[in-house]
Amino acid sequence: MAAAPALAASATDADTAADIARLLAELDRELVGLAPVKNRIAQIAALLAVDRARARVGLAGAPPGLHMCFTGNPGTGKTTVALKMAGILHRLGYSRKGHLVAVTRDDLVGQYIGHTAPKTREVLKRAMGGVLFIDEAYYLYRPENERDYGQEAIEILLQVMENQRDDLVVILAGYRDRMDRFFECNPGFASRIAHHVDFPDYSREELMRIAALMLEGMGYAFDDGARAAFERYLDRRIARAHFANARSVRNALDRARLRHASRLFARLEGADRDALSTIVADDILASSVFDDAAEVSGA
Amino acid sequence: MRVTQGAFSFLPDLSQAQIRAQVEYCLANGWAVSVEHTDDIHPRNTYWEMFGMPMFDLHDAAGVMLEIDACRSTFPERYVRVNAFDSTRGWETVRLSFIVNRPKDEPGFRLRRTEAEGRVQRYSIEPYAAALPEGRRYR
Repeated sequence: MAAAPALAASATDADTAADIARLLAELDRELVGLAPVKNRIAQIAALLAVDRARARVGLAGAPPGLHMCFTGNPGTGKTTVALKMAGILHRLGYSRKGHLVAVTRDDLVGQYIGHTAPKTREVLKRAMGGVLFIDEAYYLYRPENERDYGQEAIEILLQVMENQRDDLVVILAGYRDRMDRFFECNPGFASRIAHHVDFPDYSREELMRIAALMLEGMGYAFDDGARAAFERYLDRRIARAHFANARSVRNALDRARLRHASRLFARLEGADRDALSTIVADDILASSVFDDAAEVSGA
Repeated sequence: MRVTQGAFSFLPDLSQAQIRAQVEYCLANGWAVSVEHTDDIHPRNTYWEMFGMPMFDLHDAAGVMLEIDACRSTFPERYVRVNAFDSTRGWETVRLSFIVNRPKDEPGFRLRRTEAEGRVQRYSIEPYAAALPEGRRYR
């Protein structure tokens, strides 16, 4: 995706519109649900296209700030979308190179006095022309330790975010409540980020579609029994503690693969293509989520 | 007298856009770009002072331009050059080096003649500015 060519500056408006429609359709295919995120990307795409059209007729305007903050519960696709964002912004012709530099606190904050600024600057220089993605950004700020060097990194970040808006896009991601607290302590940060996007939890139907996509990627498929069993599994899993949306789905599928493998291992010689790629109800129903239920026998 | 060292030095000074284009070319080749400065412009002085570390893993010239501008504003009256280092096995050397900043007033070089044994005469050159101690030249 990153290799896709940026929209040519001389492209006609019709070409641009078609290109954007194609991009959005691609997103729709690759990402299940996430309506607010797709809306925001569509808006940004429209804004950039209009800006280019305005520039052609001589209406000058400063480039829009595109710093973003992704908040949402675990497993709602924040990191996945951020990774795609670099390619998207490149194709829309906003970022010049379209690479992504993903960092956490460790990459920005130094260990002793005078170590933080060069470290942060080096990361910023590497990210220029592309996207800087700071995962779990709230760890940058540690209010309990007032001599923490995180504050220094934040100040340098803010300065570059403000002065070099056309050189890089900063995307912060993290859980909702902790991001909110982080912004309360750093109001300058919140005001310099134009796009606050909240990632909603997935519904059961969306999770089923995600599971199907994941299985396809791994070269497996559910049979009908397994699909019904997995729906019941999701109902129960969602109600339990520490449910992490798509991440829980991935873990459940990985465990189902383990059971599928140990089931087949006994008679591996006779296994054909179907047997090797089909996950059946038993592989799902053996999960500990069903432990407290009499349902297992009835399935 | 205009100092001519490195690439492009017989051309008029490069504009900001031209420097950026050269740096983009270096980065596209995967060379590590670094910024150096000196106030001792003797041609045999190959080791200039480093301005920060060489920049590896950059994708865009914006980061390098930032360093160049920082170096120029810190040392407006010194020579500043940009080096591009190729780490490919077999090359492992600087592939491109050019001056991006020079003092307003460049006094040039003195030619020294030294009498040696017999009627032999040895020649050497020395920047006029180098007569002053380091840090007090070109002001």
